[in-house]
Amino acid sequence: MTAEATPSLVGKTGDPAGAGPPGARGPRGSWGPRGRRTAYPRYVAGKLGGAAVSLLAVLVTSFFLFRLIPGDPVKFMTGGRQVSAEQLAAYREEFGLDLPLWEQFTDYCGKALTGDLGTSYQFRTPVVDKISDALPNTLLLTGTSFVLYTAIGVFLGTRAAWRNGGLGDRLNTGLALTLYSIPSFWLGLLLIIVFSVGAGPIPGLFPTGGMESGGEEGFAYVLDVAHHLVLPVVTLVAVEYGQTLLVTRSALLDEMGSDYLTTARAKGLRDDLVRRRHAVPNALLPTMTLVFINLGRTVAGVILVETVFSWPGLGGLFYQALSVPDLPLVQGLFFVFAAAVIVMNTLADLIYPLLDPRVGR
Amino acid sequence: MTTTDPDEPTPPINPPIIPPVSPPNAPPMAPPVAPAVAPAAAEGGGGPRALARQRRRASAARFWVRYRAHRSGLLGLAALALLALIALTAPLTIGSDVQSVTDAPGRPMESPSLEFPLGTDQFGRSLLGLVVWGSRVSLLVGLLAAVLSVAIGALIGITAGHFRGWFATVMMRITDWFLVMPTLVLAIVLATVLSRSLGTIILAIGVTTWPTTARLVRAQTLAVESRPYIERAKALGGGHWHVMSRHVLPNVMPLVLAQTTLIISSAILSEATLAFLGLGDPTVVSWGGLLQDAREAGAVSAGKWWYLVPPGIAIAVVALAFTLCGRAVEAVLNPRLGVTR
Repeated sequence: MTAEATPSLVGKTGDPAGAGPPGARGPRGSWGPRGRRTAYPRYVAGKLGGAAVSLLAVLVTSFFLFRLIPGDPVKFMTGGRQVSAEQLAAYREEFGLDLPLWEQFTDYCGKALTGDLGTSYQFRTPVVDKISDALPNTLLLTGTSFVLYTAIGVFLGTRAAWRNGGLGDRLNTGLALTLYSIPSFWLGLLLIIVFSVGAGPIPGLFPTGGMESGGEEGFAYVLDVAHHLVLPVVTLVAVEYGQTLLVTRSALLDEMGSDYLTTARAKGLRDDLVRRRHAVPNALLPTMTLVFINLGRTVAGVILVETVFSWPGLGGLFYQALSVPDLPLVQGLFFVFAAAVIVMNTLADLIYPLLDPRVGR
Repeated sequence: MTTTDPDEPTPPINPPIIPPVSPPNAPPMAPPVAPAVAPAAAEGGGGPRALARQRRRASAARFWVRYRAHRSGLLGLAALALLALIALTAPLTIGSDVQSVTDAPGRPMESPSLEFPLGTDQFGRSLLGLVVWGSRVSLLVGLLAAVLSVAIGALIGITAGHFRGWFATVMMRITDWFLVMPTLVLAIVLATVLSRSLGTIILAIGVTTWPTTARLVRAQTLAVESRPYIERAKALGGGHWHVMSRHVLPNVMPLVLAQTTLIISSAILSEATLAFLGLGDPTVVSWGGLLQDAREAGAVSAGKWWYLVPPGIAIAVVALAFTLCGRAVEAVLNPRLGVTR
């Protein structure tokens, strides 16, 4: 889904760093402690302000977007059952649907600011409760796969770039591009067939879905959850690590011709040390941005994997809510998904200048 | 080739993108200097237009020579040509009656055999026929969605780069807003909100994926517009439309081309995803739709892998082929990106 982001990311993060080489070295004094102390807080304030505006915009959009759905929401709630006019009116009043649109809107905004995202049509419970129930499960799944695919992507990406053009590089890049072109849900289904249902001589090794078998406690419970976690994590890692690999690789390739590497070699450093101590830390800077953006995106990206593996997280909940459609729940989840991306982008913006003093003052 | 730079010191970033296209545009819009240009143009064979055409052909030939050096790009192109041929000739080789549920030739869920090389689906239809037939919808939706997405992106990018001031600010704020939206979630929501049809899917993908293109195109527009010949065009009375369509557009075209190729592959994946979630047009056969059918028919729990494998491989092959082509085009246009052959 983010194939188009790969080249632009490199360009974007490369630009500010390389934008001012002629002037950058001159006013070095302004990078001194005084200059930074005054500039960074203002920068932070600007970024936080921007993030707050984006969050508000998402809140407003998610309200109006779902009012576009044709048909009467009450009809969806009753699920086609025969209901009397009084009951319909009661439903309308219960969910505030009898009010004019702008009153619904102000009501929605007021409640949202106090952390109330409305009541789910199908579960009759507060949306916030449903989300906070599912959130830890999603975080467990995304967190585990995020750590794995970032580590694998960076490791293989640096190897590929260091031996650029070699057989290893071509195999690595080719495999990453291939896995990147595979639909995650398809890979998930295949893994279920091979490792859960069992194909040919392979017995069913892993559970087909869900998060726990139930009835386990203590350490056995942890093992059980880990057992359920294997296939979804493998699926996510396989389809996601390619992008990290490609970005790390091109970031390192950008550094390869640099003079400081020649200097490091001239000093007599071993090839391995030149890579580890000099090239990779610099190449990781652009990768950092991608890492954060990925973290935000993975939260939304698990929708398919969670649906395929019936994982009780936000993605599965979103799919359930859509099929009704359960407007308040969809609205709330949409907000959470967009907020995850916004928060992570802002974090990346805030951390980046601390790591690379050339940017963002 | 250990590094990208030392091997090729001569072509830096700009030349492949800018010069081949820009000079031919200067003569036609400059009547006052026409006498000075005319003799040179006459040598090229009859008027400035012919000269322009000739230079374009030359730059296309140069592009092809460089593209040819990328083996993976050639592989992708060959795969695409083959797939396009299969998709276009499907009515002759397969016939549209593969879709018919009522008079299906086989028994439900047959394993692969000589008669049905890939087996049959739950209605007894030949899977080979369905996969070939599905390529038409998947390719069509992928292409149209990518074209829509890139068209929106190019339009917004060029106008935001050309008109500065509040218009550009508003446009870029909108772009940034779309950029933070989780693309898949937004597309799912749009496909749910609108009616179930191919048009909806194309719209949902196109409307959600344009912001990256807009950003790239805007940056390129700004670079082009800072060049002296734009100032010259304006001084000679060239209006906004003239500058944007005759000078900026031809210069951002290569970038737009590379971007389209890359977006097609993600659009095909998105189409499959939406169809798999049951948001596609239920009346047409597509690869994502086949996977959804397979899942609903219980092919997963029954371990009928041969039902699932072909559509998925088809999606992956097409997406990979477009990605390879896109990367090769990009590497030709911008050798510093570090894409190896």
